[in-house]
Amino acid sequence: MAEYLVLIYEDETGWEAGGAEAWAQGMKDHMEFGQNNGAAIRGGNALQPTGTATSIRANGTAVTDGPFAETKEALGGYYLIEAPDLDAAIAIAKQVPHRFGGVEVRPVMVFDQS
Amino acid sequence: MNDSAAVATALADAHRREWAFVLAATVRVTRDLDLAEECVQDAYAKALTVWATGGIPDRPGAWLTTTARRRGLDLLRRAGTARRALPLLLDDDTEPGPDATPDAGPVVDDRLRLIFTCCHPALNPEAQVALTLRLLCGLSTADTARAFLISEPTMAARITRAKKKITGARIPYRVPLAADIPERVAGVCEVLHLLFTTGHTAPDGEALVRRELTERALDLARLLRGLLPEDPDVAGLLALLLLTDARRATRTDAEGRLLLLADQDRTAWDRSAIDEGLALVRLALAGRPTSRYALMAAIAAVHDAAPEWAVTDWAAIVRLYDTLHTVWPSPVVALNRAVAIGFADGAAAGLDALDALADEPQLAGYGYRAAARADLLRRLERTVEARLAYEEALALTSNLTERQFLEERLAGLPGA
Repeated sequence: MAEYLVLIYEDETGWEAGGAEAWAQGMKDHMEFGQNNGAAIRGGNALQPTGTATSIRANGTAVTDGPFAETKEALGGYYLIEAPDLDAAIAIAKQVPHRFGGVEVRPVMVFDQS
Repeated sequence: MNDSAAVATALADAHRREWAFVLAATVRVTRDLDLAEECVQDAYAKALTVWATGGIPDRPGAWLTTTARRRGLDLLRRAGTARRALPLLLDDDTEPGPDATPDAGPVVDDRLRLIFTCCHPALNPEAQVALTLRLLCGLSTADTARAFLISEPTMAARITRAKKKITGARIPYRVPLAADIPERVAGVCEVLHLLFTTGHTAPDGEALVRRELTERALDLARLLRGLLPEDPDVAGLLALLLLTDARRATRTDAEGRLLLLADQDRTAWDRSAIDEGLALVRLALAGRPTSRYALMAAIAAVHDAAPEWAVTDWAAIVRLYDTLHTVWPSPVVALNRAVAIGFADGAAAGLDALDALADEPQLAGYGYRAAARADLLRRLERTVEARLAYEEALALTSNLTERQFLEERLAGLPGA
């Protein structure tokens, strides 16, 4: 088994425009995803909108008030899942609700303990 | 004792025919693509000396497989590497002994597994083609780079990245579930089609055709057809490749100049390939939904069935292009449809259909549009515009044979 992080990238304006109704539907979708895939899910969180993000540049001089890239689709949340291989991880990731965007699946790096 | 020429021939033959099988069977043991490749290369090198003294074995593929797998097991034991430390390329329950032979039933599946691993949708298309050439065809990085006109380091990096992704993201070494097959087969067919197309009209260089690529594509399409006999995409693809390749010998004249369909010696076409292709087209067209390969093959079949250019059934070809364009709405299909209209309904109608595509961004910089336009304008005796279009087409092709053809056409315009 291996761990994969499923990153949910969505257009934030979709959520803003959808209002309470979109939010309620989104919550319901995620609850359902959680119930259907409980065995594989190791963790996950929703994130506050990108407007709350603080970026720290590698050169250490600048701390700015937004995300690194001005992309239309922003990281809005993630799940940490466990799956035997990429096909299985993709099968789960496809069920992750992503009405205003898409998801990205990344294997978690494993460091040699010895 | 065998003379070295006989051994070299047997080995070259085994390389072409058995490489994919030997590698696929070895990956099962090593679970690691790089290690498996190394062992297979070792086995082929060993064959050169062992076969020269001990004779060529009855089943070279079996000999190579056994040797490569033993080497793999050896290296694993020597490294004392726990299996879990190796990249997990396959499930635990699919591990036969090292003495499995090429005719063993499930082993055939190994090659299918390898094809589906190379053409996994999580790999980008360039990587899929590169890996297929490298792992299934046994082409060296240098050959693969040459085929795609990129530098060897670039190709090496591309192959390394793809292998890393297979290991790092755990792309499984297995035939996908039945539900995934339609989606995956489409990708595999696309890779083989691209491989064939690249060989059929080389994007660059002096020769028009790169046989090593067209033949590999045909081999693999045959293999895929043997493994998935019910799949209409696969039947259509193999039919398309056979019906197109049947004309290979007549596409250039004795001096290597390009010959259009109209000027080719149809008696020199490969009849057996055409017959095989025609039977497959019928089968492929019966499949639902109609595969785009089946439709492209049907178009090739109409050409191949015409005893001479003058009696080509252009109306049937236009109808097939109409259907193809609904199944696969690509601007390249629309372009070829316009050319067919030019023959079915006259050059003026063809030019109208072609100029309707003037704003198609995907065709910007596509040399064949300029070439098709030039030909229609030439037939309409609009010489000045034809000249400009030929010059545009010339600027857009890097294939020497094609350039020569276009230059001759340009020189042949009235008032040149």
